Amino acid sequence: MTPARLRTLALGALPPLLVFGVVVLLWHAAVTMLRLPAYLVPSPLLVAESARANAGMLLRATGLTALGALGGLALSFVVGVLVAFAFSQSRLVQRCFYPYAIFLQTVPVVAIAPLIIIWFGQGYLSVVLVAFVISLFPIVTNGTAGLTDVDPNLLELFEIHNASRAQVLWKLRVPNSVPYLVNGVRISSGLSVIGAIVGEFFASYGRDRFGLGYLIQATSGLLDTATLFAAILASTFLGLAIFGAVTLVGNAIVARWKE
Amino acid sequence: MPDSPASAPAAPAFVSARGLGMVFRGGIEALRDVTLDVARGDFVALVGPSGCGKSTLLRLVAGLIAPTGGELAVDGLAPRQARRERHDMAFVFQQPALLPWRTVADNVGLPLELDGQGRAARRERIDELLDLVGLREFARTHPHQLSGGMRMRVSLARALVGRPGLLLLDEPFGALDEITRQRLNEELRRLWASQGFTALFVTHNVFEAAFLAQRVVVMSPRPGRIACELAVPFESERTPALRARPEFAAFCGAVSRELQEAHR
Repeated sequence: MTPARLRTLALGALPPLLVFGVVVLLWHAAVTMLRLPAYLVPSPLLVAESARANAGMLLRATGLTALGALGGLALSFVVGVLVAFAFSQSRLVQRCFYPYAIFLQTVPVVAIAPLIIIWFGQGYLSVVLVAFVISLFPIVTNGTAGLTDVDPNLLELFEIHNASRAQVLWKLRVPNSVPYLVNGVRISSGLSVIGAIVGEFFASYGRDRFGLGYLIQATSGLLDTATLFAAILASTFLGLAIFGAVTLVGNAIVARWKE
Repeated sequence: MPDSPASAPAAPAFVSARGLGMVFRGGIEALRDVTLDVARGDFVALVGPSGCGKSTLLRLVAGLIAPTGGELAVDGLAPRQARRERHDMAFVFQQPALLPWRTVADNVGLPLELDGQGRAARRERIDELLDLVGLREFARTHPHQLSGGMRMRVSLARALVGRPGLLLLDEPFGALDEITRQRLNEELRRLWASQGFTALFVTHNVFEAAFLAQRVVVMSPRPGRIACELAVPFESERTPALRARPEFAAFCGAVSRELQEAHR
């Protein structure tokens, strides 16, 4: 990275960091001045303390939740791309099944999760499936759009040169869909973390093995609000990390696609 | 015109339209009773305002759409059939229409690739075309790194890579600035002289038509008909200096008058 790029990066990061600092200060001031009890709103110091004391547990939970989210994201990518292919190849297939894809999106994932656990039992698979259900839709819609929203001139160009259906698919539609898919995966990456945490509300991994979802529920039940805050922060960081990683990889892939 | 199609009925024209009509599904009549012959090796410019059906005529010749009336033949066959059997057509769009994920060289080679030619066979021809349009050193760059004029050059190179007998151009330089447009006109005329294709060039620019073509066909507004045909009088000299000559201005004036006449 060049010094100039580092500088712009630092300048870009500065304002939000400043906001963060101000919010933490205000938070601390509010808690001490209003004498809020720790089970309602713990002070930032208390949260930091709890995070440090439970660092190992938090890290393990975050790791397990990350596995669930990434598993669901990977599965939704594979299935989503296959569904998008089917949709793009036949208008009829698309018309038959698209309403159900929307249905899948509108049913709240919290409502589906218990059903998935009834069908697939406790454990990793169920968490992955909940994350999969919530992150599937953006990949299907973006993938379908990428395969069908092709510049009409380009379709005519292929037609003029007597391209076969397979050539149009592999040399035009599939490359055209890449930026769309990257965008879909980026949207889904944030959703997959939500899905994994919701899944963990209902499904456990086994004795002494738990993710952030379980931790959030357990600590709220115990009124251990400081640890609850730490778990919420860990979920946020996990979401940001997965989103950031997907964005970085995506930008590298799409660099050539710029119009 | 030494080889006017009317005086040589024995040799059928390369592109031949007889009473051609086109009514779109919405009921819009784009073309009515168009009769036009284009001889092999000719350069014909179709001039008319937007919406006069000149682009429609081009797409009919390309076999992208089918006429609703009259007859149209390319090399004695229906356009689509001619295209499929002869592999002899190329089209240049208003936009460069390049694949953004491909390098310049891979864009130029696309028609050969679609035709099933191997990489090694393609490379030599691609280099030849890049030399021809002066973009050899940009072979490995991507379209978004090029200027509008350079992208159009890539588009021209791609159209000519398969040695087409018939090149259809749909206002290819309409979006470019005047200086770039003039330079590309000179380049296209040079390519036509050296590569020996038949060109059908759609434009609304009278000067461009006069500079490029052997024959200028003036079209009337919707439904498009052919108002008149003018043979371009300056035989060989198509250098930038031509634009400053009084004959050039006189001819452009004549075309403009016909255009106005057609729109009254």
